[in-house]
Amino acid sequence: MSAPLVTVTELSLGWGETVLLEDASFEIERGEIFAVLGASGCGKSTLLRALTGLDPPRHGRVEIAGTGAPTLSVGRPSYGVMFQAGALFGSMTVGENVALALETWTDLPAAAIAAIVRARLRLVGLEGCAHLAPSALSGGMRKRAAIARALALEPPLIFLDEPSSGLDPVSAFELDLLIRTLSEGLGLTVVLVTHELPSIFAIVQRCVFLDRASRSILARGDPRVLRDTCPLPAVHHFFNRTSPGSSP
Amino acid sequence: MSSASTDFAIPDAAAPAFHLAPRETEPGRWAVRVEGRLSFDAGRALWQALLAVVPTPPPTALTFDLSGVEAVDGGSMALLVQTRWSLQATGVECAFAGATGTTARLLSLYGGDVSPAAEVAVAAPGFLAGVGARTLERLDEVRLLLDFVGRMVRALGGVLRHPGTANVRAIAPLLARTGADALPIVVLVTFLIGFVMGFQSAVQLEQFGADIYVADLVGLSITRELGPLMTAIIVSGRSGAAFAAELGTMSVSEEIDALRTLGIGPLRFLVFPRVLALVVALPLLTLFGDLMGLFGGLVVGVVNLDLSITAYLTQSLRALDVWDVFQGLIKAVVFGLSIGLIACAQGLATTGGAEGVGRRTTTAVVTSLFALILIDAAFTVTFHMAGL
Ligand SMILES: Nc1ncnc2c1ncn2[C@@H]1O[C@H](COP(=O)(O)OP(=O)(O)OP(=O)(O)O)[C@@H](O)[C@H]1O
Ligand SMILES: [Mg+2]
Repeated sequence: MSAPLVTVTELSLGWGETVLLEDASFEIERGEIFAVLGASGCGKSTLLRALTGLDPPRHGRVEIAGTGAPTLSVGRPSYGVMFQAGALFGSMTVGENVALALETWTDLPAAAIAAIVRARLRLVGLEGCAHLAPSALSGGMRKRAAIARALALEPPLIFLDEPSSGLDPVSAFELDLLIRTLSEGLGLTVVLVTHELPSIFAIVQRCVFLDRASRSILARGDPRVLRDTCPLPAVHHFFNRTSPGSSP
Repeated sequence: MSSASTDFAIPDAAAPAFHLAPRETEPGRWAVRVEGRLSFDAGRALWQALLAVVPTPPPTALTFDLSGVEAVDGGSMALLVQTRWSLQATGVECAFAGATGTTARLLSLYGGDVSPAAEVAVAAPGFLAGVGARTLERLDEVRLLLDFVGRMVRALGGVLRHPGTANVRAIAPLLARTGADALPIVVLVTFLIGFVMGFQSAVQLEQFGADIYVADLVGLSITRELGPLMTAIIVSGRSGAAFAAELGTMSVSEEIDALRTLGIGPLRFLVFPRVLALVVALPLLTLFGDLMGLFGGLVVGVVNLDLSITAYLTQSLRALDVWDVFQGLIKAVVFGLSIGLIACAQGLATTGGAEGVGRRTTTAVVTSLFALILIDAAFTVTFHMAGL
């Protein structure tokens, strides 16, 4: 097996006084679909910020093979990031959002960039929306536009923060399909945060399950196996959509 | 749908009929029977009744008997539960009894059978600590700005090496927004300043028969001081505030972060064109401002002092030389630079949602006004000492 693409060593995370995660270590393999799971507010987006170099970790190291620690210096990025709320540039159209990185980091002529933008938007089901302002999109459309933007430069690694939440079931399914196709067909490594159980069981190969109370990774591995065998109540309830002491 | 089939019946607001009946069962142990319909619409009466029903001195135990409750809603249940929690906090054994059906379900939903989660106490800082914290905040502002200037210089180096990263396309629209769009207000304000100055000085100078020197006074003060300063104040209120709010909103909606993940530096992409636009626009606006200020003085001279236009203009030209205008333009360049840097630094430092944007925008305008006055004073003293 080749060396892992992302290596996280003894990572600690937090905001201000709050510690969310202590001494967490895990690896993300090339070409896999890897999920960060856990209850709302447990620090998944915070972990993603550390993995992408947006916030330096309190302790520990993140290393991306071939790049070292993610630093986000000015230059062609080696991975794409989709933010939980989309974070589309409000002063540009959807098409310009997707085109920006292409214009900055490739020497493609304008017509070629336009073609790629159209293709990326088609991929996420937003064909014909290129001329719209982000404020004219629905919540789910914004997410998909953000995914198209993250995919613009065809990075080998992509981080997605809740790509399918807020999507209708059909779009969510199509997005799952897209992620799996990209991963299997192009060897794209996908790191995603999601709460969508169907999507987790359908496409995620390995996951880490974060827990805020113990500030640690509570469980890790194949989500289907965890669902069926993990004895920890927090993990069990998550995967089976139940809560302690109540049945709907 | 009949009301019987709803889970939580909403009591009839017109009949807020409830009754609390306290009774001492044993010495120090009380039972309060709650009867009737508890409705949130009568919440104030319920709250006061709950406060009043607790005997003084506080009992060792108090039980709310809910068996007589006919209907209850969420709001009144919250008040009941809070009463229990407050009593428990003062050491009274307090419990609910006799709840059935909907009342029991609501009771457990609102946590009537558990202890409250600990509230995080946020201590208000003492006076001295407050003063200290404010002072540190101010120092932090200075550090923020210096750090920003440092990073901006580095980014400028980057722009020179890779001009493609600088977002040159944004400069023209920004120039229109900061320069052309500001022209009407700049023209109006500077004209009025020149007019008012001319008017005030005319009253004084007339007494000495020195009417014609209005032209000197207005001309010199406008070109050296007031033209650049008033223009800069207008621009900082317009564009400085706009830049801070714009970049601040981008910060809180993670757009800046998104930019960074695309490998694009916010300083080169957003700050550089904005600062450059101000550095170019402000001297140009100042030139217009100077002209309009002189025109304002001229109007006073001609209308009030019966000077001829030629006489006024000749006197103005005699009083002014190119350096007077030029030193104003030098100031304008530095003003533009500082407004742009301060506004963008504040914008990029924004955290904390819409309120944070408002706070940073305010700070940006206040700080840049302060900086303008300071810079102006420094220039005036320097030019004077250098004998210029
Ligand atoms: N900018 C911030 N400043 C301070 N605290 C923050 C900030 N962002 C997040 N937090 C805190 O960190 C904790 C984790 O937040 P995070 O956004 O990582 O959660 P999450 O696991 O992604 O949740 P969700 O599933 O709801 O998106 C939260 O309790 C939140 O209060
Ligand atoms: Mg999140």
